[in-house]
Formats: sequence, structure tokens, C-alpha cells
Amino acid sequence: MRKRFNALPGFGLTMGITLFFLSGIVLFPLVGLVIRTLELSWTDLWHLATTDRALAAYRLTFGASFAAAVANAVFGTMLAWVLVRYDFPGRRVIDAMVDFPFALPTAVAGLTLANLFAANGWLGRFLVPLGFKGAYTPLGVGIALTFVGMPFVVRTLQPVLENLEREVEEAAATLGAGRLRTFVGVIAPSLLPAILTGFALAFARAIGEYGSIVFISGNLPYKTEIAPYLIVMRLEAYDYTGAIALAVVLLMFSFVLLAAINLLEQWAAAFQN
Amino acid sequence: MRQPVRKELNASRRPSQRGTQESPFARRLLIALALAFCLVFLLLPLANVFAQALAQGWSCCRDSVTHPDSLAAIRLTLLVAGITVPLNVVFGLAAAWAIAKFNFPGKSILITVIDLPFSVSPVVAGLMFVVLFGLQGFFGQWLDAHDMKIIFAVPGIVLATLFVTFPFVARELIPAMQALGTEHEQAALTLGANGWQTFWHVSLPSVKWALIYGVILCNARAMGEFGAVSVVSGHIIGHTETMPLRVQALYEGGTAASSAAAFTVASLLASLALVTLVLKTFLEWRQAREYERAQQISG
Repeated sequence: MRKRFNALPGFGLTMGITLFFLSGIVLFPLVGLVIRTLELSWTDLWHLATTDRALAAYRLTFGASFAAAVANAVFGTMLAWVLVRYDFPGRRVIDAMVDFPFALPTAVAGLTLANLFAANGWLGRFLVPLGFKGAYTPLGVGIALTFVGMPFVVRTLQPVLENLEREVEEAAATLGAGRLRTFVGVIAPSLLPAILTGFALAFARAIGEYGSIVFISGNLPYKTEIAPYLIVMRLEAYDYTGAIALAVVLLMFSFVLLAAINLLEQWAAAFQN
Repeated sequence: MRQPVRKELNASRRPSQRGTQESPFARRLLIALALAFCLVFLLLPLANVFAQALAQGWSCCRDSVTHPDSLAAIRLTLLVAGITVPLNVVFGLAAAWAIAKFNFPGKSILITVIDLPFSVSPVVAGLMFVVLFGLQGFFGQWLDAHDMKIIFAVPGIVLATLFVTFPFVARELIPAMQALGTEHEQAALTLGANGWQTFWHVSLPSVKWALIYGVILCNARAMGEFGAVSVVSGHIIGHTETMPLRVQALYEGGTAASSAAAFTVASLLASLALVTLVLKTFLEWRQAREYERAQQISG
């Protein structure tokens, strides 16, 4: 292949600016954290990262994030389907509102959700007597994480649903399949890669979430304390190494998820063609 | 007479649709469930912010916004956004130009690294800067000796905000510039324009909507960031407290009045989110219309 002639100027300048910012803002801090981690011995790191309190925090963080991502996969799929396939009053407003959790500062989200589900809140006054305690409980953590991750599944699924060929469904119908069977056998498999991508994105976002949880969880050690909150607690006690140990666990997990998301997106793209 | 006719019309229409549409009952059920989900997770939380802000009356609302500490928080938030957003624009334009207009090895790695801050927990992001510039950090002693403060001061807040908002502008601009190719720029250069003229008059106008889109999202995140800023700020009232941190401090005050004040400051942030959403929707609508028009012309 002939090397394409490119007369555009500015590669050196723009690449320089890009690498300067990238190194200063992202790589330099990241390398600093890695160096501090390598200075610790493996046994110290292991002990600091696996104290009982830390293990309880991981369990809540990963468990609640997983539950929230599942809730988002179910309701997000439904919401995307309704928004793409049906016409009803207020559809466009709802469609625009789906991005609201991205635009709303997480502190505000946590504040208002905690108030909403508290015993005297708009929803809490009906739900708490029924035993559904949505504030200052692990359930509250799940609710806040569901809110924060809500747009991911909807927004990854919407374009896939819009491009879905109706002919396939018609063919299935012609061959005698009922609507439910068409959905399960024909539509769902082609949506699966997008749903899984959205699920993984919501899951990854939930693992690192801090702002909204601080308000709604109550932050009780061993009970409603998430891993990012424990990092902040250790930092406030000037326990840098303890904070770094937890941060490394979270970082490793995020990078594994990032790799998984990239693979999923490639799979989804291959699936589309 | 009219009734049976309509019935017959419906009867003839229904079988042809049954194959690719759900029964009306299933459809209504799905719409109802989706709306209920949106009600609980979108509309009620939003309405609640404003309702709780007004719970103690208008005057309380006004007093909590005009309180010196709140005003300081608003000023700091505007200052931080005023620094980080322009820097992100410079970075975003440079990165998009280098990545979209040129081919070089390692391009996909570069894009992945630019997106990296999205997958790092904000708290961990803040921790990274504490590790670098905190008193026990790499440069802590040196900064202290030279009487400079980054952590528990405004520079730390700016750095942490830069980290979490880093990908926003670049990731909107890169695909927009990539889609346009380089023909227009090549033409401008052939006609005698220099590099800057080409950039200002050809490249920038063609990606301006993508740029504005990125700026709006970047600004919303810069003003609303909590986790990363909370770690580096030190929560010094009146000095290093941004609006989201002010919300937390007021909320932890515990009284009904301070709770209402927390919701009042929160309602300012919620209004910002609403404005962001309206602008974003408008830009998307515009983009879709332009795309349609382009399709019509080329078709």
C-alpha cells in the first residue's frame, strides 16, 4: 500500500500538547501510586487489603454493584424497548431524562434519594412500614447505584434496537412463532451483546461510586460501608499505605472490567455485522 | 351503523399486525412499568430536591444561598470549572487533531489511555494526588519547604477535577474530526491558507457542535464532582469547599434548617443538571436534523 501523502501541519505541536497533558494529569499520578505500591512488601499489602473491615466493604461494594447492574439490565432493556418501539405521550421527555443521572452531581443524587426513602420521605413513608428500608441500609446502596448506572444499558441498547431488522421478526411470525417466542428466540440473542456491555459499564461505574453512597448508606463499618468510603476513612487517619492497598484492589478490578468491556464491544460490533 | 363498520375495519387490521407487535395489554404493561421506573428513579428525586429546598420557606432558601460560606463555595466551583473546562478544550482539540488527522503507531493505546479516568474511582483519583503532593507524598516535603500548598488547597481541587473530566471533550471531538477526514483541510492548504487559518476557518467550525457538546458535559462534571475533590480538599469552610462539599457539610449539620439549606444549594446544582440536559437534547436534535438534511441532499 502506498503511504498516503499528508500535507497537514501541526502533528508535532498537537501531539506534544496531548502527551504533556496526558502525562501530567493521568500518567504521572498513576505512576506515583504504582511506585508507592511497589515500595510495600507483598505480605503488608495483602494484610492491609484483606482486613475483616475491608473484606466486608468489598462484599458490599461488589454485591450491591452487581445487584444494581442486574436491575439496570432488566429495567434498562425494558425502558430502551419502550422508548424505541412504542409511541406514547411524554416519550421524548423521558428519552431526554434518561441522561439525568449523568448530569446530576452524585452528591445531589445521594442527598435526594436518602431523603426520598427515609422514614418520613415521599416514598419511605409508604415503604418503611412495609419493611422496605431504602435509607441507611445495604438496600439504599443498591438504590443509589441503580440510579447512577441507569443510563448505561438504555444508551448502549437504543441504537442496536433502532437498527434491528424488522424482516427477521416478520419471518419468525410467518413461520408461526408467537410474539414471546420471537422475542426470546430471535430478538433477545441479537440484543445480548449490547445488554452485557451496558451491564458491564454500569457495574464498573458502580464499583467506584462514592458521592451518592455517602449520603444514603449511613457508612456503618462492617454493615453499610463501601470500599471507596473505607479508603477515605484510612486517608483521614493518615494511614496512606492502608488507603493505597485498597485503592490497588479497586484499580485492578476496574482495569479487568475495562478489558472485559473492550472485548464485549468488539463482540457486539462483530455481531452487528 | 358506524359501530359495526369500525369493528370490521379493526378486525381486518389486527391479524396483519399480530406478527410483529405485542398485544395491547403487553404493550400497556411494559409502558406502565417503564414509566413507573422513571417516576421513582428520575422524576421523584428531582422534584424532591426542590420541594425539600422550599420546606422551610422562601426566606430560608434565600438566606442559605446568600450565606458567605455558600457564596464562597459557589465562587470556588465557578473558578474550578473556569480553569478546568478551557484546559480540557485545549487538550481535546490538540488530541483530536493529532489522532483524527494523522496515522501513527500506538493510536488505539493512546485513545484507551485518554479514556482511562472514566474507569478509575474518583476517590482513587484523589488519592493519587495525595500520594504525589500530600505531606507524606513524593513532593510533600519539598512543597512544604517552599511554602506551597497543593493538597487541601485550590490547586489540588483543580488537578483532581482535571483528572476526572479529562476524557469528556476529547472523546466528543475525536470521532467528529475522524468522520470529516482531511480533504477540506488539504484543499484550504492548497489554496494558500496557513496551518492556523486552516484550523480556525475550516476545522474548528465543522466540529463546533461536537465541541460545545463536550464542553457542556465537561462543565457539568467539573461543577458536580464530589469524590475526587472531597479527598484533596480538606473541607476548609469558606476556602476549599466547593458546592457539592457544601451540600454535604450542611446536610451533616443535622437540623431541619441546615437540611433545607443543603437542599437549597443542591437545587442550584440540580438546576445546572437540568440546563445541561436541555442544551444536550437541543444539540442532539440539531445534529439529527443536520444529518437528515445531508441525507436528503446526497440522496
